[in-house]
Amino acid sequence: MDGERKPRVAVHKFSSCDGCQLALLNLGEDLLTLAARVELVHFAEAGPMDPEAEVDVAFVEGSVSTPADLERIRQIRERSRVLIAIGACATTGGIQGLRNQADGAAWIAQIYQHPEAISSLARSTPVSAHVKVDFELHGCPVDSAQMVAAVNALLLGAAPRATTDKVCVECKRHGYPCIMVSRGLACMGPVTRAGCGALCPGLGRDCYGCYGPAENANTDALAAQFRTLGLDATAVVQRFQAINSQAPAFLAAAQKAGVVHD
Amino acid sequence: MTEQTRSVAIHVPVLARVEGEGALDLAIDDGNITRLRLRIFEPPRFFEKFLEGHHYTEIPDLVARICGICPVAYQVTAAQALEQLYGVELSPWARAMRRAFYCGEWIQSHSLHIHLLAAPDFFGCGNAIELAQIAPEAVRRGLRLQGLGNELMDLFGARSVHPVGVRIGGFHAAPPVERVHALRERLVAALSEAEALVRWSAAIPLPPDDQAFVSVAMRHPDGYAIEAGGIAASDGLTIGADAYDAHFAERHEPHSTALYSSYRGQPYLVGPLARLNLNPDRLPERLRALLAETGFALPSRNVFHSLLARAIEIWLALDEAARLLADYRLPDSPWVPATPRAGVATGCTEAPRGLLWHRYEMDADGRVVNARIVPPTSQNQARIEADLRLSLLNFGLDQPDDALRLHCEKVIRNYDPCISCATHFLRLNVERT
Repeated sequence: MDGERKPRVAVHKFSSCDGCQLALLNLGEDLLTLAARVELVHFAEAGPMDPEAEVDVAFVEGSVSTPADLERIRQIRERSRVLIAIGACATTGGIQGLRNQADGAAWIAQIYQHPEAISSLARSTPVSAHVKVDFELHGCPVDSAQMVAAVNALLLGAAPRATTDKVCVECKRHGYPCIMVSRGLACMGPVTRAGCGALCPGLGRDCYGCYGPAENANTDALAAQFRTLGLDATAVVQRFQAINSQAPAFLAAAQKAGVVHD
Repeated sequence: MTEQTRSVAIHVPVLARVEGEGALDLAIDDGNITRLRLRIFEPPRFFEKFLEGHHYTEIPDLVARICGICPVAYQVTAAQALEQLYGVELSPWARAMRRAFYCGEWIQSHSLHIHLLAAPDFFGCGNAIELAQIAPEAVRRGLRLQGLGNELMDLFGARSVHPVGVRIGGFHAAPPVERVHALRERLVAALSEAEALVRWSAAIPLPPDDQAFVSVAMRHPDGYAIEAGGIAASDGLTIGADAYDAHFAERHEPHSTALYSSYRGQPYLVGPLARLNLNPDRLPERLRALLAETGFALPSRNVFHSLLARAIEIWLALDEAARLLADYRLPDSPWVPATPRAGVATGCTEAPRGLLWHRYEMDADGRVVNARIVPPTSQNQARIEADLRLSLLNFGLDQPDDALRLHCEKVIRNYDPCISCATHFLRLNVERT
């Protein structure tokens, strides 16, 4: 490798459960291979600490949810050639985005004896709401194969490939019977981005949308179908208000379902 | 600013504030510690609040997101609480498989903590990648065990981070017989690796330490408590999950987004060492013989034994999962139906990092009225600060700043206070006057 500089990689964490970083920490012995191919300059969970280093690729996990986060994400952007947002929190605001429709200050007052000491923005937002994001890896969590594919593509100088299929397509590929048709379950598969391999229908249960909305998702038709299956308006709203509640397509669908109810 | 003195009646701990970023403030004045604070400033994520109004069927998928490293603990605790409220009796198959599934998480989480987070400290390494250069076989063995734990979680949950298999009443689906048998053979084969790990961990030279503290962990009449049992303390307390609130209190300190727990007004220890301290009589004979060989005696008052305790529990979890999966057969149904009713559901299990307690008030339609979740790290937070104080005095306050910082980090990592906290994100501000 003489004369050839290894790409410098950073992994940053914002508000999250740490589960997407596990896509790297769960690589097993491949983690050691990865560490040999790239220079991990900042990855707090794994040890290397240099949050202010200039890097070729920055992976960002988590949503922006505190005043300090705003400045930190801007600085990361300035110091990173390529910035990749990983997981539902970083790409849509995540499950904690459920607070965006609520009175956060009242919640803090109910939870903490010293509410003045808690620093939190009113809304949990994706990285792309604040800085330019070069690529997004969706999923709650992203999986190791997605991460490795992204790293390999970048090592080869190519852009990682985005999935545009819906979960329905993955069910067809696996030959799974449609659980909405056969069991009458309120499956989110028809509007959810592919990538997981249709894990939930594979266990005979409904998809709950953890990879977020697919392109051109027909949420109107699905919401109507959910009503036909017997869900009331609140239940329809909650189908869209879960892991990726602030993704524009799911937020609009929930608002529409709620309006119909009122 | 009337808010400042406002006293809050509902103490809802906000989760995931425990993972991520912590800092330590240490002030030494004239040879005395005048300030010592572990500051956890992970942003609040308000889980308990947004669970309100959601249907019981959604709870396992929602609470999993509190922690990417121990989602099974959250799912199984919630399911256990709700099943009890709804009078659901799990089938023997589902009960056994819940325990096997949970063993997978212990193996995964403990292996990750030992090899990627804690062990580098004891070998003068900054991280596991450096450790792999001086102890390649040990690190590779650890990563293999971690992978095996992940596969066991995947067997029931289709993935190891935020698995999707648990439902109230059992599991959504039963894994096929051939897959179970193939994995079981590998679990059995890994016991020798786990034994080597226990010996390796027992041989790591530890700082001497001897502290008095109360251990709190679950006990079960028929075995080592993991996913079921009552709560016990080393001073003789024995209670059910529903009485937790009457004995344990939480308070908020302004410097932390995690709540502090106390028992009879004092800090206490939860986690692997607390479990071993309270359950030496529940260890299988082979494991007891192995511990006797290594010279490790229980109970231990040195929290640096936590790494070894995790190694011991990896052996135990492999052995237990292999036992539970022997003679595996497909069940008639992987789940039994549940009928919601109004009431209060409480439950507890032993998450990899210690006791995890849930309480849900549910309405008659099966929706959450309010929720409280007490994670292990907030229970350990006060104990970590007490330990740091004692441990630093033992270590010597006149040591150089770097040595003090490393010692503090080592102490904190014993508690595995969730992954990113536990790694090198500790900023030590020492003020000397």
